[in-house]
Amino acid sequence: MGYEPQPDFGTPEVRSEKTVTLTVDGRDVAVPEGTSVMRAAASCGGSIPKLCATDSLESFGSCRLCLVEIDGMRGTPASCTTPVAEGMVVHTQTERLAKLRRGVMELYISDHPLDCLTCSANNDCELQDMAAAVGLRDVRYGYDGENHLGQAVDLSNPYFLFAPVKCITCSRCVRACDEVQGTLALTVEGRGFGSAISAGQAGDDFLSSECVSCGACVQACPTSALMEKSVKQLGKPERSVVTTCAYCGVGCTFRAEMKGEQLVRMVPWKDGKANRGHSCVKGRFAWGYANHQDRITKPMIRETIDQPWREVDWEEALAFTAGRLNAIKAQHGARALGGITSSRCTNEEAYLVQKLVRGGFGSNNVDTCARVCHSPTGYGLKTTFGTSAGTQDFDSVMDADVILVIGANPTDAHPVFASRMKRRLRQGAKLIVIDPRRIDLVRSPHIAAAHHLPLQPGTNVAVLTAMAHVIVTEGLADEAFIRERCDWDEYRDWAQFVADERHSPEFLEPVTKVPADELRAAARLYATGGNGAIYYGLGVTEHSQGSSTVMAIANLAMATGNIGRPGVGVNPLRGQNNVQGSCDMGSFPHELSGYRHISDQATRDLFEQDWGVTLDPEPGLRINNMLDAAVDGSFKAIYIQGEDILQSDPNTHHVAAGLAAMECVIVHDLFLNETANYAHVFLPGSTFLEKDGTFTNAERRIQPVRKVMEPANGYADWEVTQELANAMGLGWTYSHPKEVLAEIARLTPTFAGVSWERLCEEGSLQWPVNEQYPDGAPVMHVDGFVRGKGKFVVTEYVPTDEKTGPRFPLLLTTGRILSQYNVGAQTRRTANVAWHEEDLLEIHPADADNRGLADGDWARLASRTGETTLRVKVTDRVAPGVVYTTFHHPATQANVVTTDYSDWATNCPEYKVTAVQVMPSNGPSEWQEDYAALSARSRRISHDGQVEPAE
Amino acid sequence: MDGAKLRRMADQIAANFVALGEEQAIAQTAEHIRLFWDPRMKAQILAEDPAGLSPVACAAVRQLAG
Repeated sequence: MGYEPQPDFGTPEVRSEKTVTLTVDGRDVAVPEGTSVMRAAASCGGSIPKLCATDSLESFGSCRLCLVEIDGMRGTPASCTTPVAEGMVVHTQTERLAKLRRGVMELYISDHPLDCLTCSANNDCELQDMAAAVGLRDVRYGYDGENHLGQAVDLSNPYFLFAPVKCITCSRCVRACDEVQGTLALTVEGRGFGSAISAGQAGDDFLSSECVSCGACVQACPTSALMEKSVKQLGKPERSVVTTCAYCGVGCTFRAEMKGEQLVRMVPWKDGKANRGHSCVKGRFAWGYANHQDRITKPMIRETIDQPWREVDWEEALAFTAGRLNAIKAQHGARALGGITSSRCTNEEAYLVQKLVRGGFGSNNVDTCARVCHSPTGYGLKTTFGTSAGTQDFDSVMDADVILVIGANPTDAHPVFASRMKRRLRQGAKLIVIDPRRIDLVRSPHIAAAHHLPLQPGTNVAVLTAMAHVIVTEGLADEAFIRERCDWDEYRDWAQFVADERHSPEFLEPVTKVPADELRAAARLYATGGNGAIYYGLGVTEHSQGSSTVMAIANLAMATGNIGRPGVGVNPLRGQNNVQGSCDMGSFPHELSGYRHISDQATRDLFEQDWGVTLDPEPGLRINNMLDAAVDGSFKAIYIQGEDILQSDPNTHHVAAGLAAMECVIVHDLFLNETANYAHVFLPGSTFLEKDGTFTNAERRIQPVRKVMEPANGYADWEVTQELANAMGLGWTYSHPKEVLAEIARLTPTFAGVSWERLCEEGSLQWPVNEQYPDGAPVMHVDGFVRGKGKFVVTEYVPTDEKTGPRFPLLLTTGRILSQYNVGAQTRRTANVAWHEEDLLEIHPADADNRGLADGDWARLASRTGETTLRVKVTDRVAPGVVYTTFHHPATQANVVTTDYSDWATNCPEYKVTAVQVMPSNGPSEWQEDYAALSARSRRISHDGQVEPAE
Repeated sequence: MDGAKLRRMADQIAANFVALGEEQAIAQTAEHIRLFWDPRMKAQILAEDPAGLSPVACAAVRQLAG
C-alpha cells in the first residue's frame, strides 16, 4: 500500500448490542449505542475537524474544534463527547461552525512556528490539516504576543524528540501514556497559558523520567512535538507494509513505513488483533540491528575452530557443509546429526529445518529454543487439556475479574499485553501476583495487587497445591463444571490428595515462606472473584518441576470452572515471537507438526508419503542431551538456525564442551554470536524485514510476516535451508513460503484451513482452523476439552536437588528487562543500551550489607557450576536470601553459574533456582578474561590472506 | 552418555509419579522414558547398575528391558 495515515474515527469503538440510527449532514448512519457523534460522522465518510481527539483515547473535549449543531439541541456541542441518540439530526459543516472553528485555529496558530515547509511533520500534521480544513487564511492576533516559541528541544530519548515549541497542549500524549500504556509518566504542568507537557518530575527529561519509550505518545501527537528522530532525519515515508514484530510472543502487528528499501519507522497497526494499535520500545524502535555493522552477510567456513574464518561464496559454503554432514552420516550414522529450529524464525523456516533433520539427516535429533523456555507448557497442557497451547486470546483479559500472574513479569517481557492487563486492572479487576520478586505490577500507578505471594524460588508446586487445598477443603470447587467437563474419578483422587493436611498453607509455610493467611485469601479470591484468568511465564516453566507447575495451574483452573469462555483460562506468555509456532511445527524430537508422536505409525506414514523418505520411529535427542552425547562422542554435527545456545543455555562450560567436541557446527544467524565461536560454518541469516512467512503468537494467532526489503545476505532463511537440503541431494523446489505453508496445512490437522492467501485477506487466524473451527478458535475448550474430559493430575511437590548451604547460601533467579530481548543479540545493537548497558545483580539491602556491598559495586557471583562478576543493584524488590539478574550481555554470561538441573518431564533448564554466593570483587573473573580472548580469536576473518577481527 | 546424569533423570521422573502409587508410578516412568528418550539414552540406562536407582525407577527400567 502507499503511505497514508491510518484511519482515525476520533473516539474509540463502542461495543453494544443496541444500534442507534441518526442523520449526519443528510446521510443516515447506524452505529452501536454509546458511540460519539464524531465517530458516527466518520463512519459514514465524514470528517469533523478535531485536534484533541483520536480513536485510541477516550474523548476529552478540550480543543473545541469538533463542535457540531444538532437539531433540537442548544449551542454547539463537542461531537467527541456527545453520544448519538435515535433520530438525531447532526450538521457538521455550517457557516456558524466554520466561524467558530476558524477562531479556534487562529488562537492555536498565533502561538505556533510557521515553519511548515521545513517541519518534519510537513504534510503529515493534523494541525496543518485542520488549518486547511477550516479554511484558515489569516491570524487576526498577529504573532508578536506572548508565546512559547524558542523553547529547547528534548533530545534525551534515543528514538524520538520532544519539541515543546510545536506542542499545542492537546494532552493526547499524556492521555496515551495513561490510557494506552498505563505508565502515567507524562503530565501537564502549570495552568492556563503556562500549561506545558512534562515527563516525570521537574528536572527530568524524557530519558530520566519513568517513560518506557513505548511510542504511544509519539503516535498520539497531532503535530511534530513528539516525533521519531528517524522521520526528522529521513523524511516522510512513501509506502507502508503491514507485518508482524519479531520480538516477544505478543506478536504485535506493525506498519513498516518505508522509503524505497529504507525503513523509516515502525508504527503499530490499529487493526492488529494482538496489540490493538499499541507497541513497546523494542518493536516500535529497536530495529536498527537489521543494518548494524556487525551483521555478517557472506558465508564463512573453517576447517577447525582455532582457525580464522574464511569468506566464501554460497556454493562453496554449501558444498563444504553438505560434504561434512554426509561424511559424518556415513561414518557415524544418522543419529550423530541434529539441528535446532529457531523460535525467532518463521513457521515455514522452523518446519523446513525439522524436515531437513528428519528427512535429510535421517534422525529425529531436532529441538528448538522452546526447550529452554516453554517445553513444560507443551507437556503440561497436553496432558491436562489435550493440546499444547494457551486457552485464550489477549482480548479475553478485558473480561477477567481476577487476574493471577505467576512467574511472569509482563511489564518487562510482554509489555504490550501488560498494558491491556493494566487497563483492565484500572477498571477494577483484582490482581494476585505469585513471584519471588516484587515485580512492577505489584504496585504501579492506580494498580495494587490484592495479594503478592513472594514465594521461595522452587516452591511453585507447593504454593499451587496449597491454594488447591484451600479451594477443595473450603468447598469452593465448581463441582458442576467438574462433573460435566472433567474426569470425575481423577478429580476425586486429586481432591483427596490436595485436601491432605500436609498440603495446607500452614503446613507448607516454612517451605514456601508465603504467609498462610495471605495464601488462603488469594485462593479464595481466585475461586470466588468471578472470571479468574491465570497468566504465567518462565518463572513457572524453568524449574525442576516446571511441567508439574503447569499441570497444577491447569488443575486450579478446572477445579474452579475457569476454562472455556472469555475472561478465564490458562495463558502461557511465550518468550520469543514464534515459540508457539516453532513448537507447532514439529520442532521437538519426539513429535511431528501438530504435536503427533513420532512413534505413531499412521502419522509417520503421512509424512513419509508426502516427503518421500523413511522416518526414524524413535524420539531424538533434546538440546541438552545432544550436548551430553557430543561430549560422549556419539553426536557429531549440528545445524543451528537463529539461536545462541552458548549464551542462552545453562551451564556454559558444558555447552562449550559439547560444541567443541563436535566435528561440524553450523551456525545460521545474523551475527557472529557466542555459539559461532565453536562453529565450522557460518551461514548468514536474514531479518524479519527481509522475508515472507508467518509467526504464531502466544494466543495461537498465525500472522503474516512480509518482506519489505531484499535480504542483505542474498537469501531468506528458508531459502538457505532449502539450498543446504539440495546440496545434500534432497531436491526441494519451494519458490515461496506459501508453498511450505500449504504443505504444513496438508499434513497438520490444526492448520488444515490455513493458507497464505487467507491470512493476507483476513490478517490473522487462531488455530485450530479446520472443519470444526473454520474461522479459528479465539477461546479453546469451549464445549469440551480437546482430549475429551479434562484430566486432573496429582502433582507432588518434589524439592529441587539444587540446595543452598554454607558455601552457596543465596538463591539466584534470572529474568529479563524491558529494553533488552533474550541474549541481546538484536537489542544490544540498538540504542536500547541507553536503558540497560550491562546486566546487574539485584540483592537485598540486608544481604548486601552483610557482604559490604554498595550499589554499583563489582561482585563475584559464584555457584557450584562457575562464576562471573557483575555490578550490584541494592534493592528490596528481591527478598532476603534471593538475588536476581538478567542474561542479556555476553560479557556477564549469567549462564556460567546456572546448573544443568532441569524439569523432570522435558529437561527445560532450572534457570530460576541456583544456589550462589556473592562476594565483593575488583574485576572480571578468570573465566571472563579467558572468554574475551577466545571470542576475539574465534571471530577473526581472513580476507585474501589478511586476518582481521569481525567486530 | 553420562550414566550418573541419566540415573538422576530417571529418578527425577519416578519421584514425580510416586504420588500415583507404586504400580502406576512404575508404569508411567517406563512409559515416559519410552516416549521421550533417544535410543542411546535408553540403552545406557538399561546398562546402568539398577542398584543406583530409586526403587520405582529401577522397576521402570526393568519393565522397559522386559
